[in-house]
Amino acid sequence: MGAGHAHMLYREASSPVHRLPPEVKIAAMVVFTVAVVATPRAAYWAFGGYALLVVAVAALARVGPRWLLGRALIELPFVLFAFALPFFGTGERVDVAGLSLSVDGLHGAWNILAKGTLGVLASLLLAATTTTRDLIVGLDRLRCPQILTQIATFMLRYLDVLVGEARRMRVARMSRGDDPRFLWQLRGFAAGVGALFLRAFERGERVYLAMVSRGYTGRMPAVWQGAGAATAGQWAAAATVPAIAATIAAVALVLT
Amino acid sequence: MHISNGIIDGPVAAVFAALALAVLTFCVLRGRRDLDDRLAPMAGLVAAFIFAVQMLNFPIFTAGVSGHLLGGALAALLVGPWVGALCVAVVLVVQALVFGDGGVAMLGLNITNMALLGTAAAYLLIALLLRVLPRTPTGLGITAFVSALVSVVVASQGFVLQYWLGGTTDLGGNLAGLSGTMAGVHLLIGIGEGLITATTVVTVAKVRPDLVYALRALKPAVPAPAVPVAGGAR
Repeated sequence: MGAGHAHMLYREASSPVHRLPPEVKIAAMVVFTVAVVATPRAAYWAFGGYALLVVAVAALARVGPRWLLGRALIELPFVLFAFALPFFGTGERVDVAGLSLSVDGLHGAWNILAKGTLGVLASLLLAATTTTRDLIVGLDRLRCPQILTQIATFMLRYLDVLVGEARRMRVARMSRGDDPRFLWQLRGFAAGVGALFLRAFERGERVYLAMVSRGYTGRMPAVWQGAGAATAGQWAAAATVPAIAATIAAVALVLT
Repeated sequence: MHISNGIIDGPVAAVFAALALAVLTFCVLRGRRDLDDRLAPMAGLVAAFIFAVQMLNFPIFTAGVSGHLLGGALAALLVGPWVGALCVAVVLVVQALVFGDGGVAMLGLNITNMALLGTAAAYLLIALLLRVLPRTPTGLGITAFVSALVSVVVASQGFVLQYWLGGTTDLGGNLAGLSGTMAGVHLLIGIGEGLITATTVVTVAKVRPDLVYALRALKPAVPAPAVPVAGGAR
């Protein structure tokens, strides 16, 4: 549990982006994504502008392109839909390398790939520069209802409990002669999923009771809330990126 | 199932975001009443469980869609419909913000499908089936299986509805095909989800029936819970 305070995507570093308060980063990221999505798909130059912004922030945050692009592959299953569109779209068709493709479908595929990728890169940059704890504090400062931040806190904390418990049960199975390989270990896992849930719950309940007996009332300690709330200057500094993105989106909307 | 940025157009996404926000606000108000010392850690664990389970993605290459387990029925059974919907919503928000699963601008659509539609369909069926079926582990298992199966298919059809309203590419007559593909794929996923939900809930009900929200709601009618308390799950 001691190591459970940063998630696997967090990149430990000291950069201007890391030092920004979390609520500022969350707000900037959301506004940036909305601006990207609102851009008409035919304004190709606008997406180049957004990509430059992402590169600039990544450089400022000392996040390498290799890490960023590697992690961006996570979106692959979600944009597979895009690759089907040129085949199933209607209207005018063109021949590309012997395949009859729909023009509207090709535009649609570009739209999803460009906007999806930019969105994923923006959230990866947020993840790389913000710890789990800061993320919750940021959501709390953005007036997210307490019941939601409470569920989110426990969710992120119990993920480690769940993974640790699953590992212990696997070791227990193996030491009793189970020989898990590739897909066959799924059977053992499926049979034990109920037990895993209960064991993790009982461990999690103890964690919760320990927190309650140390004064937890559903909100993270006031020390975390008070210190380091964003100043007007920090808001202004972080607002540059979404402001540029919003300007690009507005110009693209007017031009097309 | 996660809709990424750009698949549905802006206005429709904004309408569904407003809808999701309104329903979630209601869930927050009702959920506050439910969330006690027993439910708070359970809600966190259910959310963590759903988070872990949603990591398993099955891309379906021929159809160009991806599917995964949703967890709405599990949440509705263990923590009730209000907190359950909040749990799934929290999972989706964190996935969108940090992991880039599903676009941030499409969050309203994703929450409507998976957190609201899925959980609501599951809870309606749970409320109905628990009254009709015998109060045995088998009855509870069947309830969990059926509600999970149906909730996954309902959530997938939510996407089809949204695509019909505001898809960025006109599919014409292929929309029926999309609906069929989504329903077929999610029927298969629903079977897997149903089995996991049923196994988990039946185990929890055997050892700690007090933790199952759906059974707690029924208790006034049946003073002695019919689910046998087996001592040794471990």
